[in-house]
Amino acid sequence: MSIPLSITKTIHDWLFSIMPESAASITEMVLIATAYLILFAVAGLYLVYLERKVAAWFQLRLGPNRVGPLGLFQTMADALKLVSKELTSTDRIDKLLYNLAPYFVIITSLTALAVFPFSKQFQAFDINIGMFFLIAVSSIGVIGILLGGWSSNNKYALIGAMRSGVQTISYELSVGLSILTMVLLTGSLQLSEIIEIQRTGGWLILQGHVPAIIAFMIFMIAGTAETNRAPFDLVEAESELGAGFHTEYSGMKFAYFFLAEFINMLIIASIAVVLFFGGWLSPFGITEGITWFPEVLWFFIKVLIIILLMMWFRWTFPRLRVDQLLTLEWKYLLPINLVNIVFMAIIIWLNWTI
Amino acid sequence: MESTVKSNLKTEEYFINMGPQHPATHGVLRLILTIDGEIIKNVEPDLGYIHRSIEKMCERDSYQQIVHLTDRMDYLSSHINNEAVCLVVEKALEIEVSDRVKVIRTIIAELTRLASHQLWWGVLGMDIGALTTYFYAFRDREMINDIFEETCGARLTMNYNLPGGLMFDIHPNFVKRTKEFIAHFKTKIPEYDKLLSGNVIFQKRTKGIGILSQEDAISFGATGPVARGSGVSSDIRKIHTYSAYDKVNFNEALSTEGDCFARYSVRIQEMWESLSIIEQLIDNIPEGDIQTPTKAVIKLPKGEYYQRVETARGELGVYVNSTGTKNPYRVKFRSPGLSNLSVINSLAKGSKIGDLVAIMSTIDIVVPDIDR
Repeated sequence: MSIPLSITKTIHDWLFSIMPESAASITEMVLIATAYLILFAVAGLYLVYLERKVAAWFQLRLGPNRVGPLGLFQTMADALKLVSKELTSTDRIDKLLYNLAPYFVIITSLTALAVFPFSKQFQAFDINIGMFFLIAVSSIGVIGILLGGWSSNNKYALIGAMRSGVQTISYELSVGLSILTMVLLTGSLQLSEIIEIQRTGGWLILQGHVPAIIAFMIFMIAGTAETNRAPFDLVEAESELGAGFHTEYSGMKFAYFFLAEFINMLIIASIAVVLFFGGWLSPFGITEGITWFPEVLWFFIKVLIIILLMMWFRWTFPRLRVDQLLTLEWKYLLPINLVNIVFMAIIIWLNWTI
Repeated sequence: MESTVKSNLKTEEYFINMGPQHPATHGVLRLILTIDGEIIKNVEPDLGYIHRSIEKMCERDSYQQIVHLTDRMDYLSSHINNEAVCLVVEKALEIEVSDRVKVIRTIIAELTRLASHQLWWGVLGMDIGALTTYFYAFRDREMINDIFEETCGARLTMNYNLPGGLMFDIHPNFVKRTKEFIAHFKTKIPEYDKLLSGNVIFQKRTKGIGILSQEDAISFGATGPVARGSGVSSDIRKIHTYSAYDKVNFNEALSTEGDCFARYSVRIQEMWESLSIIEQLIDNIPEGDIQTPTKAVIKLPKGEYYQRVETARGELGVYVNSTGTKNPYRVKFRSPGLSNLSVINSLAKGSKIGDLVAIMSTIDIVVPDIDR
């Protein structure tokens, strides 16, 4: 039994020994939620740092290098600054919606993280409709963006929000369908089970060969669009709309939007890792027999590779125009996806999977 | 992509201010957009936010001082602006500058053009959403700025010219460093093509967007790469040759499509031409005086004088009306930026907001040049 697990078990036993059962479970939930919040807020901050460093490598610069060794505390300092800043707002806004919007975005992002099996023991709750839960929760985020743009009484923000609505609703289809293609192959919506299947049969991207590779490519394109990142960052196209939907937000509320973007990137990368690259399983089972090896490391290495890929997109490609974006989705990705599902079904039917 | 869907949805047009503080307007230019959803119905530029009455100030100043004012018009081709004023004064005084001055002026003018086009390329990429181009362009532009700094002490607004010649001779390192730059930049233009020109998204964003017909280009008085992108031959360096341009062989970059990509490729081609011009001149800079002596107080004979030069943005005309005193009676600059900006409404009408940004970027606006 690994050390982290024994620690959590000790806490679990201790809580249940001093409290009645219901109070203990509630306390446990709160503890886990707090731990997740802190962990992924920090992870989000370091993704921002990573993005800035990667951008610097691409652009012949050094990137943040002043606060702490290699600038490691730069994003922490930025977050602290944002916390301490005044929350301003424009005239005649819809106060309720304006204040609600950032929470919609950040809460949905953090909720979606709960179902991921980062390793065998590192999963907040393992439900049998995990994939469905993920898709459902992550599509709520767009409401926050729409509300934020709508309520801030700014035309640029409104255009950004409308673009976001159009974009997310369209690309949700492709994300969902490419996930569905893989679910067809596994026959399960439960994330931990999807990973267990890959323990014996190899990574799903290899098991499902051609349709799985197509599904992966579509998923990466649509996933990048879902997170509103370049080349699909029309929502906050700074050269067109200033800052898009969060133009009028300041301080911590802005930080929520900003952090949510990076956590969403983490979510998309995590889905890709679970669905296509075997989750926390080691490649070729090289650390299979080593009991003390933290499998969570494999998960995050894979996630990091996918995130670097997405950053590579961002710092290389120009931005699409809004009608080209929709053409890409409705005329190319969606039909290809539908055909791909049928293709996958045939392959499963004929037992051609590797 | 033409939208053919007709719907009965009731939509409402609304106004939006792009600028004066907007990341895509490259300065304090205000565009009043009439928009229906994402589609632009009308663009009305509102000028004057950086009007510093340079033309009026010229009436107050001596001819040597006017040279310095022109730096601040189109700051990206500051040397060429300076040269225009010097040429008009030299024309009026009938001074013949030495060949050395002519060649050095030409080399520096072409370096200025290159620096300007590099900046334009970087900013175009940034406007369209590819942020990395900016830094690539600045890496190469920095070399030119270093050459300028070594030559005359300034990096952008150089004031290297004087009526009658140059302020001082070139630095001993000038030839060596310019050659280094040429060798360096020859390997970098293909890199530019790799990063941006060949990118499918970039081509989709620029091909067939913002088409300026040949007739429109002529009737709006568009100049420079904007006119040449529409197939209008308008290179002043060829038509009314000045300085050392009659001594070199170069092609006028032309394209006939008239869209954003045509203007883009014209500028890329111009970079190659500028490199070739510098290469032809750099090895044999003739010996000669760096200055033809002029009087301390220059008084132009009574009359009107006009000189045209080709800046990085197009034709700059300098009109001087002198009454024989030490100040001009009237100075008028025919700046390329203003006439190029006038095409924006006919180009952007019916396109999307994203297209407007691409159109503005390929017109290559420098706002201080428009307002003066």
